[in-house]
Amino acid sequence: MITRRKLLMLLPAAAIAWEYVVAGTPEISPNYSRPEHWWGMLVDIDKCIGCGNCVRACAAENGVPEGYFRTWVERYHVAGWQQETPQVDSPNGGKNGFPPSKAAGGKNFFVPKMCNHCEDSPCTQVCPVGATFRSVDGVVLVDEKYCLGCRYCIQACPYGCRFLHPVKHTAEKCSLCYHRITKGLTTACCESCPTGARQLADLKNPKDPIHEYLKTHSVQVLKPHLATGAKVYYHDLDGSVR
Amino acid sequence: MKLKNFKDAEHLVRLAGAFAVVLVVFLLVRAQFVPKSFGQYGHYRGDALNELASKPIFFAGHQTCEQCHSDVLEVKKSGKHAGVNCEACHGPLAKHAEDPGSVVPQLPDTAVLCARCHEENIAKPKAFPQVVSAEHSGGVVCKTCHQPHSPLLQPGDKKS
Repeated sequence: MITRRKLLMLLPAAAIAWEYVVAGTPEISPNYSRPEHWWGMLVDIDKCIGCGNCVRACAAENGVPEGYFRTWVERYHVAGWQQETPQVDSPNGGKNGFPPSKAAGGKNFFVPKMCNHCEDSPCTQVCPVGATFRSVDGVVLVDEKYCLGCRYCIQACPYGCRFLHPVKHTAEKCSLCYHRITKGLTTACCESCPTGARQLADLKNPKDPIHEYLKTHSVQVLKPHLATGAKVYYHDLDGSVR
Repeated sequence: MKLKNFKDAEHLVRLAGAFAVVLVVFLLVRAQFVPKSFGQYGHYRGDALNELASKPIFFAGHQTCEQCHSDVLEVKKSGKHAGVNCEACHGPLAKHAEDPGSVVPQLPDTAVLCARCHEENIAKPKAFPQVVSAEHSGGVVCKTCHQPHSPLLQPGDKKS
């Protein structure tokens, strides 16, 4: 027999149980466990030929509007000893390749750039609403339904990797092709890179060749003095690269 | 302690009541507006992860291509382009992989395609094969001589 007292005691428990029913269980990809991954990327400067395949592939895969870039390629020209003042150009983000260099001599090389998916990213720390965040698997993402378009994160990113979408008016950035890597595919830029200059790396997977590479090659991240915990590793990066 | 021991304490009770009402209204409104999955993994909407993960795929990936086009893989694997994935040249073709019958990919124009990688540029790595296409072929389309899937000229191949 349910007395009034018993019913009153049962009600809070029932309310908590109902909360779980309403929330539902989150949809999880069958073979993908987020805590078992920690994503980054390896960029080999020695292999980049500045073809712009990555920029075009990224735009096609992610619907990046014309004139905006989630990834882009810069061409550096360092003449002699002036490390502090390299000449950098990136016509249309390198999307259509590069015209012949005007400058001869000195050091000339390409640097592909993108979000560094920092472990302690400045961009996620400034978001006032929790619309941008670092996921459990180490990818810095934007929740476009929650983003207000306040642009704080665009200012905070020391690598200039974010922009405001001209139509949606929300912050946009490289998602490391989250819709691909969670299904066992590589990113669009890595898939289309003809020389293997870009390699997706899972730092929590002991079988990933990245571990052997990091042990045996000299690598560097961009702006290490900012201690952002950047996870895009560059091999043979010149000191003039900013 | 009895309330009547306090002189004129009634307004304090009313104030406490008002606070309680405001607090309840705040909590109700908050529960209404904060998404259910907010805070599931951190200070963000947990459902956003699934939404981002469910975006459509445009590049099928070379593993998918190779399931049907194993003949091309045979030609490629002994050649210089063994490491170049199919969609690096042929473009995003996930739609073709889903429905090979109705979505037929366009053959790339080798005059444009090859030059993207192999046109000479001082910033390219020295070891990478580069040509000045005007001097190299004088306007003849690349695939006249080179087979793109295995581009090195073999003895007996057509030569200019």
